[in-house]
Amino acid sequence: MTASLPPSPLSDAQRQQVDALVRELNGQQLDWVQGYLAGYRAALQSGGEAPSVSQPQGAGLTVLFGSQTGNAETLAERLTEQARAKGLEVECFDMDNFPTRRLKKEQRLAIITSTHGEGDPPDNALGLHEYLHGRKAPKLGQLKYAVLALGDSSYEYFCQTGIDFDTRLAELGGERLIERVDCDEDFDEAADQWIASLLDKLSAEQPTAGAEHAPITVASVTQGQESRYDRKHPFTAPMLDRVTLNGRGSSKAVHHIELSLEESGLNYTPGDSLGVYVQNDPALVGRVLEHTGFGGEETVTLKDESVRLDQALQHHLELTRLTPPTVQHWAKLSESSELNTLVDNKRELIQWLHGRDLLDLLQAYPVDGLDAQALVDQLRRLPPRLYSIASSQAAVDDEVHLTVAAVRYEQRGREREGVGSTWLADRLALDETAPVFIDPNKNFRLPQDGDTPIIMIGPGTGIAPFRAFMQEREALEQAGKNWLFFGDRNFRTDFLYQREWLQWRKQGLLSRLDVAFSRDGPEKVYVQHRLREAGAELWRWLEDGAHIYVCGDANAMAPDVHEALIDVASTHGRKSRENAEQYLRDMTRDKRYQRDVY
Amino acid sequence: MSDSLPEAEQIKRESRYLRGSLRESLADKATGALREDDTHLSKFHGLYQQDDRDLREERRQQKLEPHFQFMLRLRLPGGMLTPNQWLGLDEVAEHFADGSLRLTTRQTFQFHRVFKENLAPLIQHLDGLGLDSRGACGDVNRNVVTNVNPHLSASHQTVYETAVQISERLKWRSAAYEEVWLNQPEKQTDEEEEPFYSYLYLPRKFKVAIALPPHNDCDVLANDIGLIAIEEKGEIAGYNIAVGGGLGMTYGDRDTYPRLATPVGFVPADRVVDACEAIVAIQRDHGCRTNRAHARFKYTLDDYGLDWFREQFAEVHGQPLEAVRDYTLTDSGDRFGWTEDDEGFHHLTLCIPSGRIRDFEQLKLRTALRTIAKIHSGEFRITCNQNLIIARVNKKERSAIQKLVDHYGLDDGSRSTPLARNAMSCVAFPTCGLAMAESERYLPELTGKIHTLMEEVGIGQEAIQLRVTGCPNGCARPYLGEIALTGKGPGKYNLYLGADTGGNRLNRLYRENIDEPQILAELKPLFERYARERESAKGFGDFLYQSGILSANTGPNDFHEPLIARS
Repeated sequence: MTASLPPSPLSDAQRQQVDALVRELNGQQLDWVQGYLAGYRAALQSGGEAPSVSQPQGAGLTVLFGSQTGNAETLAERLTEQARAKGLEVECFDMDNFPTRRLKKEQRLAIITSTHGEGDPPDNALGLHEYLHGRKAPKLGQLKYAVLALGDSSYEYFCQTGIDFDTRLAELGGERLIERVDCDEDFDEAADQWIASLLDKLSAEQPTAGAEHAPITVASVTQGQESRYDRKHPFTAPMLDRVTLNGRGSSKAVHHIELSLEESGLNYTPGDSLGVYVQNDPALVGRVLEHTGFGGEETVTLKDESVRLDQALQHHLELTRLTPPTVQHWAKLSESSELNTLVDNKRELIQWLHGRDLLDLLQAYPVDGLDAQALVDQLRRLPPRLYSIASSQAAVDDEVHLTVAAVRYEQRGREREGVGSTWLADRLALDETAPVFIDPNKNFRLPQDGDTPIIMIGPGTGIAPFRAFMQEREALEQAGKNWLFFGDRNFRTDFLYQREWLQWRKQGLLSRLDVAFSRDGPEKVYVQHRLREAGAELWRWLEDGAHIYVCGDANAMAPDVHEALIDVASTHGRKSRENAEQYLRDMTRDKRYQRDVY
Repeated sequence: MSDSLPEAEQIKRESRYLRGSLRESLADKATGALREDDTHLSKFHGLYQQDDRDLREERRQQKLEPHFQFMLRLRLPGGMLTPNQWLGLDEVAEHFADGSLRLTTRQTFQFHRVFKENLAPLIQHLDGLGLDSRGACGDVNRNVVTNVNPHLSASHQTVYETAVQISERLKWRSAAYEEVWLNQPEKQTDEEEEPFYSYLYLPRKFKVAIALPPHNDCDVLANDIGLIAIEEKGEIAGYNIAVGGGLGMTYGDRDTYPRLATPVGFVPADRVVDACEAIVAIQRDHGCRTNRAHARFKYTLDDYGLDWFREQFAEVHGQPLEAVRDYTLTDSGDRFGWTEDDEGFHHLTLCIPSGRIRDFEQLKLRTALRTIAKIHSGEFRITCNQNLIIARVNKKERSAIQKLVDHYGLDDGSRSTPLARNAMSCVAFPTCGLAMAESERYLPELTGKIHTLMEEVGIGQEAIQLRVTGCPNGCARPYLGEIALTGKGPGKYNLYLGADTGGNRLNRLYRENIDEPQILAELKPLFERYARERESAKGFGDFLYQSGILSANTGPNDFHEPLIARS
């Protein structure tokens, strides 16, 4: 580890001390120390007093986040930073790293969590969620808390995990600092408001905290140098290249897209996603205008901003997915008894929403004398789309690569398209720009130790982060063994990045490559079948400390893969089903089983 | 010594009698290709790894591997099969290949676009039909060819049987074929697996043909061993043996050249299989193994001389060659339409352009032949000119078959121009890895244009032999064409002229690296002269010599040095 470092300015004794310490630390501890050092240095440079490593004293705020894609984590960091700026003593934990026995003593707790799949907690929230709902859950009479829930309102169990925490903490005796807020995909604004009200409430409660300490910003390991671009200030990245990855005759259209981050100062780490602010199809906007009788030049107000209606529809509002508030709003406007009955039944409403867009609503329930502002009032903001990054900067420098499946299907006699994927795949021209930001995902990271073997399970576009992993491991010459499971429809046309995988295998970087193609033969074969077939060796890898990564479809693939892994652990590890499940839970807790599923 | 051996030679020697890692290669689902080393070994099993070259660049950009696929060739000595086998092969083409059967210039079938996962099922299917692909490619004796239609006389039957016997004798024998393709368990290998070839096999491919004069459908002198049957009193007395034929060459390498086999002697009929084995043994032991471009038998003979060969033969065979007997070879084309033999059977020779049997837009050729196979009780025979004989039709069946021929519009020679029905081409693009220019896909257009030229000067009904290949390696026997084109680059060909129609004289390089307008411009004045002055000559190739346009062959440089340099 020390061989390639520049000459050390440390004394021998200092160096030995550092070496001795560093050797004892695990990955997370290393992260922390690195952040600490960055903060320490920042504090020194700003002339402040050097902070101490010891825990902050007194009743501060504890922030816990449960995050799958990194949004909750981003918001937790935002809260932490702003709270510190106000002089509060704040500790921020990934829920998995939070010692549950501390709960009994916590005074003030903020929980930010997303919801996953059918109302399930994200992977790193599973443990705490289970603990709080179990028999060992403590009485929490001392606790004041606040919950921010993230979700997607087009799912039936919208923000369910946040609701669960909020409800349960109250049941256990906790007192709400502020009301829970449920955020939809366009969470920024609502989340900022929640943060502001929480901080107001906390400041009102504890006006004493001074600001004599320079705030320690835990610098992210992933972002060496800060960029001026972020989610709120996206960088306009020129598109450098776009190729279709599927061969002739394929039933799929997956695109490899290369964007330039040159001069953005943006840095990312394999596992991160790229957020992209996309645009609706002008043709769809045209049809919405046509159906409502607007010309498009009407002015509407979005938040405090005045925008032309056509611009609002194309750039700012979501047209391709409906949410319950939109339909509820429309039920009132249209005075349709049918629609009013529908919105009273949540379950039916959610089913009805599925696969319908604004145009469907407009066509089915016309509104006479519609006002342009009324049209846009209850439409969700067009959220940025997140794509797992398919490249490593160690290999591609200031480029960022994406693997985007163009979503197209026909429903109710009309061609429909995924907004983001088709914008990137069709409508954005080469050299045009896309507004982007890095969406870090600390829950999807290569092992700190480059010698650790990894098993990557990434069918379809789930392959993207693994291309990044391999580029990284190749560039850093990491010795850990790598094993990929990939699947798609047809071998000859749909093996994404096949040439590169074969090349890595030939070089010896990729130790093993197992593929499953579901539409080549009479029987549908998927990655989970290959996992079971390779069970014995897979188990040996796990016992050798391998990390497992799963990326791709959340609905069918991830649960099927999970089941297969349980089977492998029980068959080859000779475990009962419960113990096999526990084995995987332990792996999740130890960050050896990480998922990026959507 | 072995350090300097070419890769192919090393791989073959270390392959454990052609097993290599073929089983592992086939089990690897992540690629449509075999492991590099196995691509050499697979040839011995009758298959070539290829890729669709039309898609190569596109797939590279798509980050996909090339569109790998295989050409699989049958071992089918004498080119004979039953209607039942025909139906089986038709199914194979449908389920495991690209829906086509291709008749080759070595009297067998090729399947194209066979994907890796379909190879074993295909070969198992062949096995069920009593057919195999063992040694159809690779450094061993290849498919033994002979003049077709043995039922025209008892001698033809003898010649056919001899072809089968030679093929069986010179077949490679290791159990690798059964283990790799037919699911037999792997066994320990030892030298008894290959008593004749041993682990060395041959330095290069080896070809044997038998002609029954005066016909030379099989271009007998283009083979390493050309056997010319000598009939006496209605029986085959024995065979003149010609050695050292072979057409392949490499552009720019003057050490390589096409060569016709030299008649060196005669062996009695009952010793001919042994004689062939002795000759192959000489090549096995003395052929060049350090340079594959010099490894064909023709170069061994040119290196050591024919006297050396005769001595070797006498020693290995145990008996010296007898003196060459008289013979005449007059024609190498097919005789289209119906013929009747002395037993009263009827035979119909059909013209199959480039040997490609497929359901085309206009011509449902594969369906037609499948329908015929269902009612046919005789045999099918493939000619060395890529055509097909529906053989041994009894008198009662003839009209039913003729009805189908009419119904589907099959060509009994009357539906095509003489130029087109005698033309041959190799496969070339998009599947052949060696092709430099189009061949099969280009042939119909080219024959149309050349025929037009011929019509213009009134020789449209002359049967001039045209042969086109995509590279200089000789698959459609280009150097025996009266007119031949060999691919140099996209749209560019070398023009060779002047072979005779009996397969006795090679052509020579006339113009180098020219495109279609230049080709037509070169041919036009020659056709004009031929039309005016041809009375004394029987064929176009002969005419070119008799008129002095070409002068007598001078040697290997004829194939590298164009007669007319760049104009």
